[in-house]
Amino acid sequence: MLAVVYLLGSSFRLAANPTDKLMPPPSAMAQAWSTMAMQEDTRTGQYLFWEDTKASVVRLGIGLGIATLLAMAGGLALGMLPYAEALLGPMVTVSSMIPALAILPILFIVFGVDELSKVALIVLGVLPFMIRDLSQRVREIPEEQWIKAQTLGAGSLQLAVRVIVPQILPRLIDSLRLSLGPAWLFLISAEAISATSGLGYRIFLVRRYMAMDVILPYVAWITLLAFLFDWSLRILRQRLYPWLDAESV
Amino acid sequence: MKEGAGPTKKGSGTFLAAQNVPDAFFTAGDAISGNAGSNRDHGICVRNLWHEYGSKVVLERVSLKIEPGTFCAITGPSGCGKSTFLRILLGQQRASRGSVTLDGAPLACEPGPDRGVVFQRYSVFPHLSVVDNVALGLELERAPRLGRLFGSARRRAREEAVKYLEAVGLGADAGAYPHQLSGGMRQRLSIAQALIRKPKLLLLDEPFGALDPGTKDAIHELVLSLWKETGMTILLVTHDIREGFKLGTRLLVFDKVRHDPHAPERYGATVTYDIAC
Repeated sequence: MLAVVYLLGSSFRLAANPTDKLMPPPSAMAQAWSTMAMQEDTRTGQYLFWEDTKASVVRLGIGLGIATLLAMAGGLALGMLPYAEALLGPMVTVSSMIPALAILPILFIVFGVDELSKVALIVLGVLPFMIRDLSQRVREIPEEQWIKAQTLGAGSLQLAVRVIVPQILPRLIDSLRLSLGPAWLFLISAEAISATSGLGYRIFLVRRYMAMDVILPYVAWITLLAFLFDWSLRILRQRLYPWLDAESV
Repeated sequence: MKEGAGPTKKGSGTFLAAQNVPDAFFTAGDAISGNAGSNRDHGICVRNLWHEYGSKVVLERVSLKIEPGTFCAITGPSGCGKSTFLRILLGQQRASRGSVTLDGAPLACEPGPDRGVVFQRYSVFPHLSVVDNVALGLELERAPRLGRLFGSARRRAREEAVKYLEAVGLGADAGAYPHQLSGGMRQRLSIAQALIRKPKLLLLDEPFGALDPGTKDAIHELVLSLWKETGMTILLVTHDIREGFKLGTRLLVFDKVRHDPHAPERYGATVTYDIAC
């Protein structure tokens, strides 16, 4: 649908003005994309498209990886230990309301304008939400199961390892899937402001030349990547947790 | 006001070994010091138990003794505190006043492996296969840190678990997950799971309430045969008084004996009938 509308609009505009830059035809986009992806950059000798992709995906992966690990620990602690909840719960709730982009300048000042500040932005942006989500999931495990495990002789650590964590892992994947959107947002914002490579950096760089023929393939590529991450997490969840479909046991 | 915990009936000529202990015998203060001979203390001994939620009294003046090996059914109207009583025995809740001893020792205030339990719902672990649900008890016992066994130890635990599964008629479903089982099969699984730690006391909290009549009959037979085989004490909380008569060797009825129309929450329920079946 979108493609048809775009193609119609593009051909109308090009008919009126063959040098129009706002809605380039698919041929121009393909040309620009192959320049970026297939030819070495004359200045650096790199394939810019793939370099950008690599830089962005690495940042995203490290950021989300750290956030996932911390969320697991934080969610378990808050969900299982009433003292941790009393101490840290309100803090996490309030910190999840701080707009992460508003603290980006602070991150730049503290961590420098390098990779670290971009990763830190992703972590800080998605972590409070993930912790709240997971601790809620821990509390949703029926009390009967806690009691039953205790009557089978489980101590706290055993309870966490055998009963809570295995039931929380698929929730963690769900939480991660929901965090993908915000994580991309933070990544591209950080790259737009300060970076030397990355998908977000490139779109904001070529914006100066109104190079829609580069921007549009990049946006499509980002969308495809985001979709692929989401899809593979969904498949992973189904494969790993066949018991998940029927809940009311 | 009735004296003590209510009249004791003798049903069908069986002599009831465990009499209700009159209230005056144990005042709240000497509940523990009154605990003298160990012989007397076999089984569960409840002395002058009260339970309150805020100003609402749920249980009052509950004193009774349950001999080891009794199949004791507990029934009564909704909200009469029978589930609260079970939770106190389980260690999930602590009584406001009074004491409960199991074989002379005060009850641990947390659920532990000496007391097994089967709930009406959520009693099995959805993320474990049927055999692992049962083997979990052994794994928790034998791997005190992480609760997970590996290699041959794990295989042995599973073999033992399969024996319990066969005893409850689930031998063929060892590899399935709980959501693939019917309600009755799930309760059988939960029973096998509770039995593997060989508890002295098995607590059943309306475990058959959601089952259809045919399934219920079959599972009744199973519970009775397991009870005869193991000789453990079973406490069954049930809404269904016929189920209580059918299964139990003793039936306790909880109800309120006193009513204050201006403050209905100020009087709790106690044992009103104690029938040997």
